[in-house]
Formats: sequence, structure tokens, C-alpha cells
Amino acid sequence: MAEIALDRRGLLAEILPNHAEYLIVTGLAGAAKDTAALTQESANLITLGGAMGAAVSMGLGVALGAPDRKVAVVTGDGELMMNVGALATVASMMPENLTIICIDNGAHGETGGQPGHTSKRTNLALMAEGAGLPSTFTLTAADQFAEARRFLAEAPAPRFLWARVLPGPPADYRRNWDLAECRLKFRHAYLAGKSGG
Amino acid sequence: MAEAATEDWPKLVFDRLVEADVHLFAYVPDFGNDRLVKLANARNDTQTVLLSAEEEGVALCCGADLVGRRAVLLMQSSGVGNVINFLSLVQGGRFPFLTIVTMRGDYGEQNPWQYPMGQAVTPVLEAMGMLVIKVERMDELDHAVTAAIGAAFVAGQGVALVLGQKFLGAKSF
Repeated sequence: MAEIALDRRGLLAEILPNHAEYLIVTGLAGAAKDTAALTQESANLITLGGAMGAAVSMGLGVALGAPDRKVAVVTGDGELMMNVGALATVASMMPENLTIICIDNGAHGETGGQPGHTSKRTNLALMAEGAGLPSTFTLTAADQFAEARRFLAEAPAPRFLWARVLPGPPADYRRNWDLAECRLKFRHAYLAGKSGG
Repeated sequence: MAEAATEDWPKLVFDRLVEADVHLFAYVPDFGNDRLVKLANARNDTQTVLLSAEEEGVALCCGADLVGRRAVLLMQSSGVGNVINFLSLVQGGRFPFLTIVTMRGDYGEQNPWQYPMGQAVTPVLEAMGMLVIKVERMDELDHAVTAAIGAAFVAGQGVALVLGQKFLGAKSF
């Protein structure tokens, strides 16, 4: 596999400059912080702080319920692995509006940086492909950013972008931990946008 | 007689769900929910989602709620053990959530592997803040389904409609 030369800081701003066009669900920990910092917790974002392994399935629920909207799941390697069978569920449904971005630091960053499977032999792009997702892309260096943006815009969905990043802290961002409040904010914004056409 | 009436239960449950605007049916296959899934597959305005594991269904139903859609999770009682941590979403986010649990390890069970989880279904769900509504007889079903739908989608609770083996019948080995 290619050598990793990617810093997670600034990554999402490069590959997802149009984040406002998406409904976004993130997994817990670093992926949540990076995405919350990117959007400043805009109303099109829901971040998880627990229920590890839920992000892809929650994103699928959003994607199936709002087929007219682009939906992105942003999550980490540990979170994805915890319920990796959800990729097969996504592939069986084939939602044409769903993108999954995995920020893979090869470690469980939130609990002390203990190594995860992807620091050894596990290849998440192959797992996504094996689950049946039609498009996968492996990002390991900044010179692939333009290609990554094209992939997110054009590759047949559901699509999976595997961003392999160097070890290092996520964005330093304190987000709202009150899921009930975040749910209402997201829901009201979505439904208001829908009724407003 | 009661047994003949019990045969029709999936149609009654399905009709009540559709009347309540539930159009997304997430499931892990079980003998108990098979006909319900087939009914949902037979219509154009309802969608089924085959899950790899039951906990995906909790997150999927919550995701559907975020965009104003009503979903239900259909699973066997053994799946209750798989969803426990994900019920944190329901409690923490105050998501309306409905699951229909078809029992094993209950009245008349002949497979010893089913008993530990089957007998733990109600305490486990209640420990995670879920309202449990159990059905043992056909004449309870209509009210129970209506109560479960109302508690979930009108009152915004996490609700498990548990269909017991006295009601469903036990599988013979």
C-alpha cells in the first residue's frame, strides 16, 4: 500500500469544500471534531459522541429518507470497523446519494492512540469494495486532493473514500454533546428547507 | 378460533404501521417477521432494509427520523442483545423509536440456546429506558400495536412491541 503522507488537519476543507450542500452524519471522536470544526456545527451536521459503530447506518437512514439530498458519513477507522457489516447493508440498498469518508489514522485516538487493524494488514477500500460498494478511492497524499474532489462529485454512489492520515490530533473543537438538541436543530432545518422548496 | 385469527397478525400489524406513515422496515430475518417483510416488499410505497446486524437498525431508524421519516426495526429476541449500546441514541437524542421483537426463548421454546437472551429481553430493554409492550393473545394485538405506535411516534418514546411465543407459536425441533 502507498506510503501515508497526509495530515488530517485541513483534510476535510480540501476534499469537502461544498460541505454545506450535504446532510452529514459523523462517527464519534476525531471525525466528529474535524467535521464540527469544518462546518462550525451547522444545522446540516449531526455528530455522535457514543454508540460507536452507528455512523454509517444512521447516514443510510438519512440517505434513504431524503433521496433528494446529498448525504455524507464522516467517520474513523475504529468506528467503521465496529459495525463494518453496515457496508454490505449500504451496498444492498445502493443509495445514489450516499458518500462515506473514513479518516483512518490507524489508531483509537480517543482512548489513547492504541493501534487498530488498519495499522496492520486491514484494507478498508478492499472491504468496501468487497461489501459491494461501486466506487472506492484511497487518499494518502495532498497531491491527490483534486482527484478526490472529482471522485466525491462524480463516482457512482454509494462511494467510499478512504483517507489514510498520519498520526496526530484532530481539530481542537468542543462540540455540543446534547444529542436531543442537535436532533431538533438538524430536523427543523431539514424540514424547513424541504417545505420552503 | 384463536389460532386461525393469529395467522392474520402480520397483515393487521402492517396495516397499522402504514396507516401511521411508517414506510421504512429495517430487519434481520426471522420466522416471526418473515410475512411482515413480504408485505412491505409487495408495495411500492414501503421499503425494506436487510441489516447485517440488529444494531444498525436502531441507527437507521434514528437517521430516518432526522429527515422526518418513520421507520421500524423488526428483529428476533436474540437481536435485543445486539442493540443495547445503540439504544443510547434513542435515550440521549430523545428519538421516537419503534421495534417489533418476535420472541424465542419464551413459552414452549425447545432450543436451549434461545433461553438466556429470550428471558433477558424485557429487563434489558427496560434498563435502557425502553417501554415494553408484550402481546400474548390475538385479541390484545390491535390495541397493543396502536399503543406502541402512539407511544413511539406521537409521544416520542423508545418502544418495543414484543410478540411472545404463546402468541406466535413455538418452533418445533
